[in-house]
Amino acid sequence: MRPSFSGSVEAVVIGGSAGSVELLLKVLPRLPADFQPAVLVCIHAAANTTQGLVELLAERTELPVSEAEDKQLIAPGHIHLAPGGYHLLVERDRSLSLSLDPPVLHARPSIDVLFESAADCYQNQLVSLLLTGASADGARGSLRVRQQGGRVLVQEPTSAAVATMPQALLALLQPDAILHPDEMAPLLTRLGSSLVHSVPP
Amino acid sequence: MTDPVIEGIELELLLQALQQRYGYDFRQYARASLLRRLRALAESSGKLRLSELIPLVLHEPAFLDQLINGISVSVTEPFRDPRTLRAIMDKAVPWLGSHPFLKIWIAGCSTGEEIYSLAILLEEAGLLARTQIYATDINTESMRKAKTGVYNLEAVKNAEDNYRLAGGRKQLSDYYVAQYRRAKFAARLFERVVVSQHNLATDAVFGAMQLILCRNVLIYFNRELQERAVDLFAESLVHRGYLALGLRESLRTLPTGLRFEEVDGASKLFRLR
Ligand SMILES: C[S@@+](CC[C@H](N)C(=O)[O-])C[C@H]1O[C@@H](n2cnc3c(N)ncnc32)[C@H](O)[C@@H]1O
Repeated sequence: MRPSFSGSVEAVVIGGSAGSVELLLKVLPRLPADFQPAVLVCIHAAANTTQGLVELLAERTELPVSEAEDKQLIAPGHIHLAPGGYHLLVERDRSLSLSLDPPVLHARPSIDVLFESAADCYQNQLVSLLLTGASADGARGSLRVRQQGGRVLVQEPTSAAVATMPQALLALLQPDAILHPDEMAPLLTRLGSSLVHSVPP
Repeated sequence: MTDPVIEGIELELLLQALQQRYGYDFRQYARASLLRRLRALAESSGKLRLSELIPLVLHEPAFLDQLINGISVSVTEPFRDPRTLRAIMDKAVPWLGSHPFLKIWIAGCSTGEEIYSLAILLEEAGLLARTQIYATDINTESMRKAKTGVYNLEAVKNAEDNYRLAGGRKQLSDYYVAQYRRAKFAARLFERVVVSQHNLATDAVFGAMQLILCRNVLIYFNRELQERAVDLFAESLVHRGYLALGLRESLRTLPTGLRFEEVDGASKLFRLR
């Protein structure tokens, strides 16, 4: 049932909630300096709390990291983090938008909002990864990624600090891979290198 | 689920119908979030596709309000983003106070909480009596609510901290009466306010202002429309006038932003060069 996948991966979207900051601090530093896809990250966070995470990540990763700004162009190999309190969306011209639309599933930023807009833009050149969290956010967005031909990855629920979010995804669709934290960076790296054209086993 | 390319065509046609039928022009709004809101509206109207909204736009005048409400995000609160209000009080008020008469424009005032917030701070600074506030929006339902000055009591009570962070010197409760679960702001705060409809996408310059607040509105526009609006602000300000934007809005990506200097970057207070 896997959708056909061809060409390179242009972007990776990552969503997480409770417990995901620690995990991101482990996974993102293991991406190589020449990682090609843009990385768009949505963590459930209140207003004015994301800058700290940006600084932590910037210290540890090879890739440039910043809080997403409204109308900013998405850069390859750049980690753009949704600012707390705002939705982050991808525009068709590959720029970012912020919005203050009401929270979705009690969350702003919402993972569904990011994933769905990214799926519409990147279609089959997108990879999504949903991490630990105590909510159903991200499941619908992952489904949209799948429907547009992108690849859906999810954290293995027993390895998650809170399994609710990965489980909600698994209840909705069969992902392309269910991953242990250790497997995440290597797989993203492989998918990110433009030579990969087929779904890894 | 509709193919994004086809849905894009439907969106174009819907926005064009709305523009030609009523003059409301949303064609230069930031697409991704506009699309989300319109999908939600279609869904709640029992429609499968955006194009099915077109007949409603053309033939059902009663649908217009619903559509405008669906498209425009009216969420606001009293003393929102207090650091910007604080920067206005600290950095702009000395200059504002040097004028015998003040004109202030609040563009995108929504349901009016921002009007009362500013009026309170201006009263405490001793400026309200010689100020005229022009408050504008495109959403007539929001504008009606703004004129009543009646809000959810809980929401107003929750603003007490932000009132203080904005530089407020009294109790917020000095400015409203609580009735049941509502708060009604003192009528005197509204004496110097005129609310009118003005569309930043289509309407023209708005007289010589000393200060313009347009917060959390530009974020819904694409770059071209942001450029138009900021140009409009530059033309509507007197020499050295001030402009306040939302905390995540920026002039940096806009050519016309060069007409302004940063007064307080993090607080998004700018000044005409
Ligand atoms: C999120 S509210 C902001 C309210 C308030 N300024 C604040 O910061 O809380 C955005 C407002 O902008 C208004 N708006 C949207 N498009 C507009 C336009 N083209 N011209 C004027 N107002 C517009 C909406 O109707 C809505 O009331």
